[in-house]
Amino acid sequence: MCTTCGCGDETNVRVSTLQESSSAPLPVHPHDHSHGHTHDHGPDHEHPHVHNPETIPLEQSLLAKNELLAARNRGWLEGRGIRALNVMSSPGAGKTTLLVRTLADLGERLQAGVVEGDQETSLDADRIRAVGRPVVQINTGAGCHLDADMLRRGLDALDPGTGSTVFIENVGNLVCPALFDLGEAAKVVVVSVTEGDDKPQKYPHMFRAADLVIINKSDLLPYVDFDVDGFRRRARQLNPRTDFLVLSATTGDGLAGWYDWLGGTSSRSATLTGSLTDTLSP
Amino acid sequence: MHELSITQSLVEAVLDRTGERKVIAVNVQVGPLSGVLPDAMRFCFDVASAGTPLDGAQLMIDEPRGLARCRNCHDEFEPADLILLCPCGSADVEILSGRELMLMSVEVA
Repeated sequence: MCTTCGCGDETNVRVSTLQESSSAPLPVHPHDHSHGHTHDHGPDHEHPHVHNPETIPLEQSLLAKNELLAARNRGWLEGRGIRALNVMSSPGAGKTTLLVRTLADLGERLQAGVVEGDQETSLDADRIRAVGRPVVQINTGAGCHLDADMLRRGLDALDPGTGSTVFIENVGNLVCPALFDLGEAAKVVVVSVTEGDDKPQKYPHMFRAADLVIINKSDLLPYVDFDVDGFRRRARQLNPRTDFLVLSATTGDGLAGWYDWLGGTSSRSATLTGSLTDTLSP
Repeated sequence: MHELSITQSLVEAVLDRTGERKVIAVNVQVGPLSGVLPDAMRFCFDVASAGTPLDGAQLMIDEPRGLARCRNCHDEFEPADLILLCPCGSADVEILSGRELMLMSVEVA
């Protein structure tokens, strides 16, 4: 195995996992540079052994195991046309309220299930179940984030239908979940206006990872000091490609944009037909 | 405290290769833009390695400098944080190094 650039064993396994079920461009690793290979050999010839300390080169990502499992999840999901959205925020930003509202509003127009991540309790899963949607609760105990293996087990239990959407409600935390790829199609970060508009600088990894940033509780904007434009500007400095939505999951204000976004990113989802925003029209 | 689970997977990755052999040192690379705190990792390493052949091993953390290149003026600079802004004012910046989170090698007895 080439340990200098990691083009051997594990990397190949991961790439082939993706290739089986996806035509998406893969991170091709051109091997056009030359480099020395360590003289790694088994005990197939005799020479005097001196038991000195030995250095074993490894050169692998510390997140390699999670990345491999995430790639497996991604392949599994893509093969079934299932879109998984990793929804992250600090505790209390309104992830569950947004999901409950979304599932209730869209009803049968969105075939969806939820994987709930919390340290303890099934309170959130109970709220989702109350709107009649399949839900699996993962309790992480001391864990502060979901990882790809937990999602794998969650998906096994949820058994989502082909072409459906899986919302993954991550553990409320703006720090750790940013580092753990789950195999999701997109990362959605929810911020509420009561948290303050300085969150992008304070939690840069989370905002760098986001594909969509939702500014929730917009109905409270008149009462709090939250500069929406300033927030957007700061988040864009970290991540120029992210999308923004301002909405209130409680009043429903701005939800049309969220449903549009869900509709627009659902090209693989056969269950979504027409504009989801129609369901909101009186 | 994602450093704990990252350090646990570090210990597992080492054990995958070294098995029962006594590990003296583990060399890792943790860049300043990786989102992992070397100090937190050191703190977790003792806990994660306890009772394994890594118990008592030295965790050597190499902290390479962050480096970014501006796509506008092509200058290279050391980013102060993840808000990547070239001194020329451009935010169209690519990270060249600093996101490393690598298990480089282990020393076994």
